[in-house]
Order: sequence, then structure tokens, then C-alpha cells
Amino acid sequence: MIAIVDYGMGNLRNVQKAVERAGGQALITDDPTVLKAARSIILPGVGAFGDAMQNLRERRLIAPLREESAKGKPLLGICLGMQLLFEESEEMGVHPGLGLLPGRVVHLASLMKEHPAWEPSPLRVPHIGWNQLHIHRLAPLLAGIPDRSYAYFAHSYCVLPTDRSIVLTTTDYGVEFVSMIGCGNLFGVQFHPEKSQEVGRRVLSNFVHLSEAWGGSQR
Amino acid sequence: MLAKRIIPCLDVKDGRVVKGIHFCELRDAGDPVEQARVYDAEGADELVFLDITASHERRDIVADMVRRVADEISIPFTVGGGLRTVEDIRAILMAGADKVSINTAAVLRPELITEAARRFGSQCIVVAIDAKRVTERDLQPSRPGRAEGLPPVTWEVYTHGGRTPTGRDAVAWAQEAEARGAGEILLTSMDCDGTQDGYDLELTRAVASAVSIPVIASGGAGHPEHFYQVLTEGLASAALAASLFHYRQLRIADLKAYLAARGVPIRQTI
Repeated sequence: MIAIVDYGMGNLRNVQKAVERAGGQALITDDPTVLKAARSIILPGVGAFGDAMQNLRERRLIAPLREESAKGKPLLGICLGMQLLFEESEEMGVHPGLGLLPGRVVHLASLMKEHPAWEPSPLRVPHIGWNQLHIHRLAPLLAGIPDRSYAYFAHSYCVLPTDRSIVLTTTDYGVEFVSMIGCGNLFGVQFHPEKSQEVGRRVLSNFVHLSEAWGGSQR
Repeated sequence: MLAKRIIPCLDVKDGRVVKGIHFCELRDAGDPVEQARVYDAEGADELVFLDITASHERRDIVADMVRRVADEISIPFTVGGGLRTVEDIRAILMAGADKVSINTAAVLRPELITEAARRFGSQCIVVAIDAKRVTERDLQPSRPGRAEGLPPVTWEVYTHGGRTPTGRDAVAWAQEAEARGAGEILLTSMDCDGTQDGYDLELTRAVASAVSIPVIASGGAGHPEHFYQVLTEGLASAALAASLFHYRQLRIADLKAYLAARGVPIRQTI
């Protein structure tokens, strides 16, 4: 069973249904004992970074998430959930994240400004719509997903991992930003697999398989 | 590269589609899930459901419809029509809609945009603007806004389904909506709507140049060329159409093939 972390940041039923369509079973929960019992964890989320961390803190979920990830349990962050895996975000002030991966979360516009080739251009933020995944490194999470497949994005911030070797895919939006990461048992997708038709279904079904493999190895 | 989006719009009343696909193979033409499935399979990038329910029980009915669609469909969808409060918006988002579109309520109380964006994030707040080109007759001093000495308008914002002129300028209103946290503008040209003579390129371009959030163009689609024009010259990020798709005058798959052949970035499905 996959635990979908409920911390008051958006509708989670869409994610649950998408996991079921991908062949897995998922439970929406804010109970640390369920996180412990689960084979893997999905951390979804839309909204603001600071609010998200505040909600995780209030529900006493930060320590359990860190502990389960330290055990090697597969953890998939979706959109804001992916950003929360990193050390800090600049969204409306500087907020510390879960710090499971080294790196920061920055606004797309500031990424554009930092980019040496950046020229003021009519790039629109939020980045909303279908954009392509450029595969940098093959990984089980990408099985069956062709290079340049389209996935659905809706975000204004993106991650800047310190260790570039964790980058699985990037996406071109005037600047190149990181759209998928994988580092041991930690995974993140900036797009919404639950809204990305077949591409999303394959990502989730690959995660279901990773979860089963890990769950099996624990027995 | 970010793809330009093609978005069919469906009118729903009491949880049933009243203006949707006229397609003999549909078992139940009023079922939103069935309608959404057809468009999903044909390559629609998103869907818009416009609720025209008048009854008092609307919220529960709409939320139930949203839940059924969200459970079955894996492309994003927006729900609009009659949303007045943050609580209305919350109910629709919690039922599984990806975005809400607000129109009249945002004009009457612009703080609604700010509050909703702060609470749910800009990415799910679409501000819909119905705009009509101002004519000489409209400039009479008795018109709303004229008496208050508001600056002259080129395209005027209308509310209440296009019935009420507001005296507001569409470009200025789009900018205010953006500043208040709107994530997208759904821009309908009342002059072009229903004509099938093409989108209002001038209006779309004026609004899209004035804001840095995506603009969805609406009103006037009748031919693949019209989509090409509004997505290039018109600077729109997405193009919406209703009857053209509903009556099968144009299939989304054919439209996307046409646009891709003309060099517009379009999503291909795997």
C-alpha cells in the first residue's frame, strides 16, 4: 500500500485515483503509523511552500517523513511535494524545507534572470500547460516514457539541486529547469502525473513497481 | 517547448452537459464523464465546464459532477459559473477540479481574486473576462464609468453572462487581475463569439501583451486557420472553442495535426 500524505494542501483524491489506474493501491493519510506501515509514500501538494511546511509541522509529519526516507522507503514528491524535499525555498520569504536533498527552490523568473543567456522575453509565469521531458539519465521511474514526452505542469517555482547527477529530466521553458529527479529512494516530479494522461500513468506505475520491489526486499 | 493548448468548453446545467458533443456513438450525451472521455481521447489538452445551473442546490450538484469527472479523467479541467466566494471555490477544488474560473464575482469584489490566489495558489485561479469593443453609442455620458470620469476604454468588460456593462477597460482589468494573483486570463470576445469568423486578434494581442500570465482566447473559432492566427499573431497560450468541436465541424486531432504542420508547438500523445 502507498501512503498519500494528507496535510491540507489540495485535493488528494485525484492522486489516489491515478495510482489506482496505474495498478497500485493508495491510502490518503496524515497518520504517522500508516506512513510507517506503507511500502512507499507519495507527497503531493499545491499551494505555497511556507504553508505546506507549517501544515506538516502542525500535523507532526516532518520527523516521520525523515525517518521513513532514511530507512530507504521510496518517496515520490509531486509538484510542491517535490520542492519540499529540498533544503529551502524563496517563495514569499525564505522557508526551510524537509532537507532530504541538497538544493533550493527558486521562482522561475529568478532562474531566468540568473541564466547567463537570459534575455527579457514574454515568458509567462505561472508555467501552465503541457511541456516536454528531456531525459538526462535513464532510470526505472522513466521506463516506457519516450524522450520529449509531454507532461502537464502548473507551477511558478522550480528546484535547483546542488547535485546535478540526481536530475532525471529537464524541461525547456526559455530556461531549462529540472522536471524530474531521482536519488536512491527519493523521487520528484515537477509536473502532475495524475493529470498527464499516459505519461503520468507510466510514471506512477513505475513508482508502484519500485514500491513493490522495495516492500519485497524488506520481507 | 511549452505546447499551445486546445480547450473545448462544455456548458453544464444541474450536473448534466447541455451543450456538448453531438455524436451518435455517445450512450448518454448529457453525461459529463462520457463527454470528457471523448475529448480526452481526441487529444484535448484541457477542458472547461461552464455551469449555468440556476438552482439553489447548485453547489452540491456541481461538486458531485466535478468529483465524477475527476475520478475518470486524467487531463486538467476548469470549472466556472456562479462562483462567488472563497468557500464556493474551495468546494469545487476539493471535489477535484484543477482550476476555477471567476468572472462577475471578481469584478464586483476584486479582493476575491487576492484571497483565492493566496489560499489555493495562483495556478488554479482563472479570471474570465467578457469584453466588447466600445462603439460611439457606448461613449455617452450616461453609461457606467463615463460619469465617474474613468479613462476611455477600447474594449469594455461585461458581467452577468454578457448582460451588464461595467465601464471597465478589459486590458486594465486583466492587469489588475494579474496583480491580484490570477494565474490565467480566459478572454472572450463578445463581438466575435458565435460568429465563427475568427478570434478577435487585436483584443487577444492587446491583453496578452499587457500581462505576463497565460491568456486563453475564446469566441469566434470557425476554422483551423483561426486557431493558428490567435496562437501566433494573437499571442494566446491556449485557444478555446465550443460549438465548432461539439458539432464535429472540426475534430481536435485534425486541428492539432494542422497546427503542428504549420510549426505551432502542439502536444503529441504517446
